[in-house]
Amino acid sequence: MSESTLAVPSLQTTSRLNDGPLSALWRAGIVGAVVWFALGALVQFWPNEMVGFSDWAYTQEFAVFAYAVAAVLLLLGILGRRADPVTSTLRPAGPWIIALAILFAIWQVLTAKLLILPTPFFAPPQTLIEVLVEDWRRLGESLGHSLVLLAVGYLVGAAAGFLTGVSIGWSRSLGYWVHPVLRFLGPVPSTALLPLSFFFFPSSWSAAVFLIALATWFPVTVLTWSGVAGVNRNYYDVARTMGASQWFLVRHVAVPAALPQVFVGLFMGLGASFSVLVVAEMMGVKAGLGWYLTWAQGWAAYSNMYAALFLMAAVFSGLITLLFTVRDRVLSWQKGTLKW
Amino acid sequence: MVAVARRTDAERGARIDIRNVSHTFALETGPLPVLNQIDLRVEPGEFVALLGPSGCGKSTLLRLLAGLESASAGELLQDGRVVTSPDPSRILMFQDPTLFPWRTVWDNVALGLQVRRQLAAQRSRVDDALKRVGLTDFARAYPHQLSGGMAQRVALARALVNDPEVLMLDEPLGRLDSLTRIAMQSELVDLWRKTGFTALLVTHDVEEALFMADRVIVLSGRPARIEAELINDAPYPRQRGSARLAELRHQALDLLGLDAHW
Ligand SMILES: Nc1ncnc2c1ncn2[C@@H]1O[C@H](COP(=O)(O)OP(=O)(O)OP(=O)(O)O)[C@@H](O)[C@H]1O
Ligand SMILES: [Mg+2]
Repeated sequence: MSESTLAVPSLQTTSRLNDGPLSALWRAGIVGAVVWFALGALVQFWPNEMVGFSDWAYTQEFAVFAYAVAAVLLLLGILGRRADPVTSTLRPAGPWIIALAILFAIWQVLTAKLLILPTPFFAPPQTLIEVLVEDWRRLGESLGHSLVLLAVGYLVGAAAGFLTGVSIGWSRSLGYWVHPVLRFLGPVPSTALLPLSFFFFPSSWSAAVFLIALATWFPVTVLTWSGVAGVNRNYYDVARTMGASQWFLVRHVAVPAALPQVFVGLFMGLGASFSVLVVAEMMGVKAGLGWYLTWAQGWAAYSNMYAALFLMAAVFSGLITLLFTVRDRVLSWQKGTLKW
Repeated sequence: MVAVARRTDAERGARIDIRNVSHTFALETGPLPVLNQIDLRVEPGEFVALLGPSGCGKSTLLRLLAGLESASAGELLQDGRVVTSPDPSRILMFQDPTLFPWRTVWDNVALGLQVRRQLAAQRSRVDDALKRVGLTDFARAYPHQLSGGMAQRVALARALVNDPEVLMLDEPLGRLDSLTRIAMQSELVDLWRKTGFTALLVTHDVEEALFMADRVIVLSGRPARIEAELINDAPYPRQRGSARLAELRHQALDLLGLDAHW
């Protein structure tokens, strides 16, 4: 009883807020605008500590960038719901947008403004702009090389893993031979095979494809296999009473029933393939983001390194998101059976 | 009139001969005899109920007849031909609905036609089967969105779409609440009378067996033997609680009461 009476006033306040004139505003957007504006002012008006005789390039541009973000946030904040669907997409990210400005400000102060972090190893955020503007061609090429290599290796490995997993999940005699090999060789990190495969393969590129495929193959195989092996026997019987062939049972019963597990394997394989990709590019392939990192290190171009790392993070997390989207599409039937 | 209608339709059902069938499972702990010299003939279009204690081997007998497993001894025949492998003319409706969770209701029902590559030409048969079990509105739903009774009805539609000559029902109503159960008993009998397939129903429930079947076979505990046979000549449509059914029920319980395992 007492709880419900307590709950009543708070309910009223929220409904009043929602109905009132303020409700149209996006508050986090307005707060964000203030914080990003403050960041811009900090960058613009607090003079940089000089390193030797040179100043950090693109300081003004960085300030302008912060002002621009502030302006957009202010506009969206005032428009609020009237700027849907943009606001409603951004709304969950509100706290992060604010936090990001604060992090940028701290980074800025620790590097450019006070030089608390030593210079060649730590660079202020505006140097990322500098790298992107002045070295975009090389970065873009590296990214392209990495993506092609990753795509070829990952797709080959995933397809091979899927086929192996289904085959050994289905055929006992095949499982007898493949299982021990899988057990013995599977846990060896692909990167450990790097020197060997550079020696065996005609080019370092094909060696890298092989290693990425291998790193993807193992988790995809294991999880597809366990998925197929774990399919409810009754599903097969249902299809068999209707006269289903072996092929039908594999294609229309085993595979769809195992698919949730297959996707777990695909996620693990994707993670593994990233690290093999970068290591292979650092060690032998003379292109790609991994190579860019070693190149930047050789020239002590630390800001280039940060830029490449940022790019890598963005692209790799984008790929993971892409795989999530694909899974959500393919396994939409699972939505009601699991906590998604 | 009713009897006449049935006799003409009965041409679609198949005759079943179960000849001296015994079955033993080889377990690690040793052999487990499950069926003991079962001898049974089911006429085309007949409705036979199998009644017996849990674990006696009723599901096993249906699996043998479906062709999912082969009997240790004896033979099973459909219209005089020995059953060696599953065939869509003999459809088994399992104890659980076992719908494929990744398929919609419609696609689940379409399974048999898809297996035989007839789906493209005969999509309307799926719609008809769904209509017969009253689930047209749920064609696009997924199995997890159905109630237990609805899932059983989908399983029934999935069986019916094959137009079987023999329909084997393994406790199809075992998990339903009593109201849904009574309703579905009548629905099943109606369907059988309209369609004319040969029906074999496994059940635990004496009333259900007597209400639905022409003939009730009483099985012993494991290994199952045929203990007794009750002919129910009450005409369809039957009245629940009719004097004739009550009398038969007495008889059945008497028979079962003689068995210490029951
Ligand atoms: N594939 C199998 N392997 C080994 N034993 C089995 C197998 N299938 C069934 N059994 C055993 O055979 C016996 C009969 O099983 P069955 O499923 O036919 O019983 P049932 O009469 O259908 O029982 P219920 O009414 O509880 O469904 C049981 O003891 C069971 O343990
Ligand atoms: Mg059973």
